[in-house]
Amino acid sequence: MAVTASPPSVTQDLLNSLPKTLKLKTKQQELLLRITTLGLIYILAFITRLFSVLRYESMIHEFDPYFNYRTTLYLTEHGFSEFWNWFDSDSWYPLGRIVGGTLYPGLMLTAAGLYKILHFLRFAVHIREVCVLTAPFFASNTTIVAYFFGKEIWDSGAGIVAAALIAICPGYISRSVAGSYDNEGVAIFALLLTFYLFVKAVNTGSLSWALASAFGYFYMVSAWGGYVFIINLVPLYVLVLLVTGRYSLRLYVAYNCMYVLGMLLAMQIRFVGFQHVQSGEHMASMGVFFLLQVFFFLDWVKHLLGDVKLFQAFLRITVTSAVGVGAVALGVGMASGYISPWTGRFYSLLDPTYAKDHIPIIASVSEHQPTAWSSFMFDFHILLFLFPAGLYFCFKRLTDATIFIVMYGLTSMYFAGVMVRLILVATPAVCLISAIAVSATVKNLTRVVRAKVQPVQGGSGKGTGASKGSSKGVIDNSQPFQKNGAMMLLFGAFYLLSRYAIHCTWVTSEAYSSPSIVLAARGAHGQRVIFDDYREAYFWLRQNTPPDAKVMSWWDYGYQITAMGNRTVIVDNNTWNNTHIATVGRAMSSYEDEAYDIMKSLDVDYVLVVFGGVTGYSSDDINKFLWMVRIGGGVFPVIKEPDYLVNGEYRVDKGAAPKMLNCLMYKLSYYRFGELTTEYGKPPGYDRARGVEIGNKDIKLEYLEEAFTTQNWIVRIYKVKPPKNRW
Amino acid sequence: MAKLIIFLFLTLIPILCNSFTPDKPSDRRILVLLDDFAIKSSHSLYFKSLQSRGFDLDFKLADDPKIALQRYGQYLYDALVLFSPTIERFGGSIDAAAILAFVDSGHDLIVAAGSNASDLIREIATECGVDFDEDYGAVVVDHAGYAVSATEGDHTLIASDDFIKSDVILGSKKIEAPVLFQGIAHSLNPSNSLVLKVLSASPTAFSANPKSKLTSPPSLLGSSISLVSVIQARNNARILISGSLSMFSNRFFNSGVQKAGSPTKHDKSGNEQFLTEVSKWVFHERGHLKAVNVQHHKVGETNEPSIYRINDDLEYSVEIYEWSGTTWEPYVADDVQVQFYMMSPYVLKTLSNDNKGRYFTSFKVPDVYGVFQFKVEYDRLGYTSLSLAKQIPVRPFKHNEYERFIPAAYPYYGAAFSMMAGFFVFSAVHLYNK
Repeated sequence: MAVTASPPSVTQDLLNSLPKTLKLKTKQQELLLRITTLGLIYILAFITRLFSVLRYESMIHEFDPYFNYRTTLYLTEHGFSEFWNWFDSDSWYPLGRIVGGTLYPGLMLTAAGLYKILHFLRFAVHIREVCVLTAPFFASNTTIVAYFFGKEIWDSGAGIVAAALIAICPGYISRSVAGSYDNEGVAIFALLLTFYLFVKAVNTGSLSWALASAFGYFYMVSAWGGYVFIINLVPLYVLVLLVTGRYSLRLYVAYNCMYVLGMLLAMQIRFVGFQHVQSGEHMASMGVFFLLQVFFFLDWVKHLLGDVKLFQAFLRITVTSAVGVGAVALGVGMASGYISPWTGRFYSLLDPTYAKDHIPIIASVSEHQPTAWSSFMFDFHILLFLFPAGLYFCFKRLTDATIFIVMYGLTSMYFAGVMVRLILVATPAVCLISAIAVSATVKNLTRVVRAKVQPVQGGSGKGTGASKGSSKGVIDNSQPFQKNGAMMLLFGAFYLLSRYAIHCTWVTSEAYSSPSIVLAARGAHGQRVIFDDYREAYFWLRQNTPPDAKVMSWWDYGYQITAMGNRTVIVDNNTWNNTHIATVGRAMSSYEDEAYDIMKSLDVDYVLVVFGGVTGYSSDDINKFLWMVRIGGGVFPVIKEPDYLVNGEYRVDKGAAPKMLNCLMYKLSYYRFGELTTEYGKPPGYDRARGVEIGNKDIKLEYLEEAFTTQNWIVRIYKVKPPKNRW
Repeated sequence: MAKLIIFLFLTLIPILCNSFTPDKPSDRRILVLLDDFAIKSSHSLYFKSLQSRGFDLDFKLADDPKIALQRYGQYLYDALVLFSPTIERFGGSIDAAAILAFVDSGHDLIVAAGSNASDLIREIATECGVDFDEDYGAVVVDHAGYAVSATEGDHTLIASDDFIKSDVILGSKKIEAPVLFQGIAHSLNPSNSLVLKVLSASPTAFSANPKSKLTSPPSLLGSSISLVSVIQARNNARILISGSLSMFSNRFFNSGVQKAGSPTKHDKSGNEQFLTEVSKWVFHERGHLKAVNVQHHKVGETNEPSIYRINDDLEYSVEIYEWSGTTWEPYVADDVQVQFYMMSPYVLKTLSNDNKGRYFTSFKVPDVYGVFQFKVEYDRLGYTSLSLAKQIPVRPFKHNEYERFIPAAYPYYGAAFSMMAGFFVFSAVHLYNK
């Protein structure tokens, strides 16, 4: 009874006290504002990546994500142990692939974990939806990490700006839209988290932060091969600190703990295994590890000796012998083959021309191409100008943390210039450094603007450096139009940032939200035309071919055929066996009878080619064909690239090379195409992708027969005939 | 009542349709196409031997407009005999393509040509890898291996005894008397790997027009000339092509034969024995094998696994039977081999058999993972070619299938544990020793 009586008085009290409690102190207001902003950024980062789902449907994009999706499905269906030991007999026929030991499982485990949690919470979602939304979800998380990172290296204002910039930066969105279920989606989060935790560890010298960064590194290793960037950047950073005389016990604790534990943890990933102690790419981190011990030892000796001269002599001997021992160990390791040399991919990063000359299979991948200037502008927009400004601010206030971000920014910018896909790695650094520029500028300007109104304000300002305070004082007294100028500049900054937001949204919706498995084009009347030929073809394969049929196609489509068509493929996007791919390339570039023998030896039942001549789809097999010739010719010298060219020119019309006009790929692409009129006013057999009339319109197939061609001829499937009955 | 009739009809269909099945591979219904019905009587001995073995012969004129090989997509006959060398165009719906489609769907064919063989017959032969002499007047002439005869002096009647050495095709009983042959020569297309000479001409034979003077060297010479050839297609349809229709005739069957230069005179030519035995082969009464019941499993288990692990021990078995004309008899041979194949054979083992048709072996899966096949490729002269392939993936060890503790690693275990103990002691001493 007492309970029922009391409520009125309590509510009365509350009502009275409510206005009082709602009145917040400035600090609380600021905190509330910050949290709200971060919350909005968090949501924004998620929803800006949903264009593709709204435009098309909730589907997995591109090529590699289909493999990730297939493995995630397997993981949720069969459990972790089966996944870990999965031997996939459906790909790389007849070699098979040990999937469990040749992938980075972080993404799949993350998605499966999210799926389990959602089901535990009684959300009956399909695993595909989880996979589609994993990348946006982790992009949101990345913004939070970016905030803390920015706060660590500069201040919380820079953190918020960094979070906002990275939330919508096209360079990051390109790899993390909904449906882009790829390793990079979670890896950028892991990368930034590791860096943040490491910088935090260096700043605090705390074992627990170093431990956390080791676990962040472990997650990164489990998620993406780009972890090599971390394991090389961090030692480089340590080395720079050592050289510049910034060695401290904090650094010693942070690096040793992070390196040793991170290495041990990384060895648990089967695909990485013993690489940390055996591969040339990881040797730098080990060298720096030993160097740190030498430094520590020298420090100790210096402390013991006290005599400068004696110490100098000791230093010389120690350093010489340490470097000598290291060099000998490295040399012996390299010579005995215990330490593997650098891989081709690593080489091609350091020397952009390496792959083109030596490894066509790496050079052929579109995302390994050198970056065009326009794509920097496209992906970074104003950040490209803010980046140097940010560097300026960083150099003005050099700390351990800013040195790190500067190094991260500069190295990743170099790599971004080498390979298109590495723009992604540079994006967080560019956003953070630009955020410093924006934040520092705006802060200075606002201080100027507000200084005239409230001359005494220094005390309540957020924690700022002493240099700022003094500069403010100088500006205050010097220029009378300072305030107006500052206002102008503020508006300018606001304008630039709003342009950035508009640009980012436009890029996201126009360029980065197409699934590439469903193509869209504008029709004659401006309406949207959807080409869903890929899925049509894969569905046909699934429904109309024997379950153990083997499909030969160029490796680009391997993952999609296994995931959507559920059929065995000869090669796929995991390009681990160059010879096997070269065999397929050779079959595609041989005459039909020679190709038939190759196909028979591989038990091929169907051949799938992608053809864009009807729709004008330019990334089809005919345009990729020279890579097939090159890769095939790299292993089988009977295939020679000049045989397919006329005066060094690649053509498919009447003037094409005779071998070109009669090779399997040409025949399969253009079979019966000569009968088709693709464009009004053009002769039949007019190839819209290349804008020419084809050179061989009367194609007869002897060993293959057309099995299926999709609505817009984008995918064509041929059946390999059995051997002749009477011959 | 109507229902009953339908019911009876439906139950009878399987009985009516059981003529040619994989279980009883011998042919039953044979369509014989003739130039004219006189051949029916002049070659009656040959037809009788077929009928006496249970074949149901349907004689039709080759240009009969009502003849058809199939109706409603079902073939009406199991085999076809073309004793119509001069036919230019078949009646009804039959043409060369229809006959080849008939063969390609697994049915047998006997083609007999003659000195007046038409283009149609030549075309069918060419499609089967047999090229008749393009000179229309040419016949086989042999001035050394002719049959001694009272009437004919141009040496176009040949007595040949150069048979293929195969008991499966010609039966185990040796053919003593030479075979009389009078007709045109053919050669085998070298690119065809399936066609076989059953009866070859002697090295002195050649193909020419005996009525005209020989101006240029004959295109077909010596033992490259085939008189009778057989083809076993990849689907095991069997084809017999002969350059002579008259060798099937009663007259040749009954006449005596003496080869020129040979002192022995046989009272009866070898034609009847030779052609009867070959027809037994063509109509699958002999040399027809089937392989059934392919099984493989790990040693000590009985169920077939869906995947093997490297270094598993496995057992493989297959049953092979031969059709004797009435029943399936166990096939006994010691040269049946199985391959464990992935791009190349990793294991090649000869199967042992228990004389009851069951062939078996056991071996260890190689230390290589991938998608393997159990392959039995059994191609023996005259026999049905057996080609069995069964796909099976082989996986590597799982992470927990390796040996847990290996002696070679004991120093490392020792090092790790002594390090841990040492660190513990050191910490204790360092912390509490003051």
